[in-house]
Amino acid sequence: MNDTTQQRRIRVLLAKPGLDGHDQGAKVVARAMMDAGFEVIYTGLRQTPEQVSRIALDEDVDVIALSSMAGSHLPFCRKLKPLLEANGLDDKLWMIGGNLPAQDHDALRELGFKGIFPTGSKLDAIADYIRENAA
Amino acid sequence: MNDRAQTTVKRVINESGLEVQPLYTAEDVAASGGDAMIGLPGEFPFTRGIHREMYRKQPWTMRQYAGFGNPQDTNQRFKYLIANGQTGLNVAFDLPTQIGLDSDDPLAQGEIGRVGMSVDTLRDFEIAFDGIDLDKITVSMTINGAAAIAIAMYLAMAEKRGYDVKQLRGTAQNDILKEFIGRGTWIFPVEPSIKLVGDTIEYCAQHAPKYSPVSVCGYHIRESGATPAEEMAYAFCIARAYADEVIARGLHVDEFAGRLSYNFNIFGNLFEQVCKFRAGRSLWAKIMKEEYKAEKPGSMWLRMIAAGGGGGLTFEQPELNIVRGAYYALISALSGTQTMALCSYDEAYTIPTEYSARISLRTMQILIAEMGLTETVDPLGGSYYVETMTNQMREKMEQIIAETDAQGGIVKLVSEGAIQAKVSAQAYRMQRDIESGKFPKVGVNCYRNDQEDEHPVEFHPYNEDDARVQIESLNGVRAERDAARVTRALAAVGDAARAGTNVMPAIVEAVKAYASVGEITQELVKVFGRYQEPIRF
Repeated sequence: MNDTTQQRRIRVLLAKPGLDGHDQGAKVVARAMMDAGFEVIYTGLRQTPEQVSRIALDEDVDVIALSSMAGSHLPFCRKLKPLLEANGLDDKLWMIGGNLPAQDHDALRELGFKGIFPTGSKLDAIADYIRENAA
Repeated sequence: MNDRAQTTVKRVINESGLEVQPLYTAEDVAASGGDAMIGLPGEFPFTRGIHREMYRKQPWTMRQYAGFGNPQDTNQRFKYLIANGQTGLNVAFDLPTQIGLDSDDPLAQGEIGRVGMSVDTLRDFEIAFDGIDLDKITVSMTINGAAAIAIAMYLAMAEKRGYDVKQLRGTAQNDILKEFIGRGTWIFPVEPSIKLVGDTIEYCAQHAPKYSPVSVCGYHIRESGATPAEEMAYAFCIARAYADEVIARGLHVDEFAGRLSYNFNIFGNLFEQVCKFRAGRSLWAKIMKEEYKAEKPGSMWLRMIAAGGGGGLTFEQPELNIVRGAYYALISALSGTQTMALCSYDEAYTIPTEYSARISLRTMQILIAEMGLTETVDPLGGSYYVETMTNQMREKMEQIIAETDAQGGIVKLVSEGAIQAKVSAQAYRMQRDIESGKFPKVGVNCYRNDQEDEHPVEFHPYNEDDARVQIESLNGVRAERDAARVTRALAAVGDAARAGTNVMPAIVEAVKAYASVGEITQELVKVFGRYQEPIRF
């Protein structure tokens, strides 16, 4: 790290995938990430895989994070993965949080979502993970 | 302030921001405004209950939230719950249905039947309620953005089965303003959304006068981060917005206010919750009587489901949620609710299994059968603490309503995202307080188990094949129905929306022609447009 140039702040895309309207948790995490010093782009509700992928590219983010509460995380992530790859975003940190049964964690990891933060995760743990793993 | 406040014990401030004293006496009641608002149950201002005999006459309705997969699956669950003593139904719809998408819409894929039952046409309602006596079991529908269509389908289904719609009871949630604050199943922009709510209230007042077309929800505002006092105050602001919409059309308040109902949350401090409900009952009566000049007592009643408690349940040690649910049910019973539903202990993980839904039902039945909760009305009435806190909660709610009005009113504040930003900031502070241990939560920040069970709950299975079956069923209906009648009916929906007249008669005709939820929604979107969410948090 060169001390004379200003360090670029980590940019986090926080998206609400699919039709799920539960955004209390996403907004709480968004605030926590801002307090942790990251730049946060919060999409709002009802994002399609295409929208998430496009915003991630346009906003030049380091982290692509989803907040899913209504159970459709696996079908959504299966659609999102090839779109992110096509946009050359496979070197970014992919994360997901929310209502994610333990039995689905391996499948999410295999799809490339390395950071998995189910309900009950601590805000500081999410921030620490991003600091350690984002480019 | 009495001298007990000088004690050395730690100060306690409840979530609504009111200080809790270590002891209350008659002096505190007097200092908080006295006993003028206590009265008797069944009499204005209804602090102690909207009926004179309350549960002595009839215990609260037990109405567990249920629905998943196809209408056939849901019908089975309904019958299971009824066989186990449930006395009302509360229908969960899947997200595509709630936001007006058909099962074959690309946006619906992966979401069909997942968080509730899937509905495309009237046929699905016919299947879901098959064999259920709609006179004996009242049906509440948790649907908002697409509520006008669901109400039309319910009325059409009942009529087809020979029920007199004029006598039909039931409830639709249909509270769109709170969807903009939390829950998020909006479709149209704010203004036409309120107009649609007005259409359903007006239509039901004229055609289905015993049906409750709206259940105003403080519940989800609380889940989004509001305090108990804000939960009720914002709900009242929202109910006033709907009342204003209908009164502007020339209806008298007594023509519809008796069918307005409410949905409130029950997690948190027991006494603060009970006082919230007692205070809210008298404040709503006062608002309807003094501000709206209601004359019928029924127009002043805060009829409610006090339910859920989801925000208080924990992912950690989920079995403790059975205990929390029992306390929440106790709160609900002590608060004089008309209807009760409990979130099941596994709801932080999954939609309830038959097993967990039955535990919730039995929790309420224990209160009725064993605990004496139905024997005496408002058993906490007269407690110095409860009466003082009831007065203080009422004052707090009045203050929040006055502030909301002074800032331009609830519709403006919701449209701008200001309420959303306020409650979201509070939710963040609460999460920080839980994580730091400042706000104690058993199993989360204290009394944690050394080793957590890795598989503490059984998951309700999601059947991936439900989507295919549902789409096939929709295609079957489309092939059978009278296409010309559908086209005419859908055009009439669009015409009514464009003309600014009540769209309900056209929607009722469209559902009778087996037009789908998605088709009817599309007609309305062409005229009303879609909501653009203000991103504020």
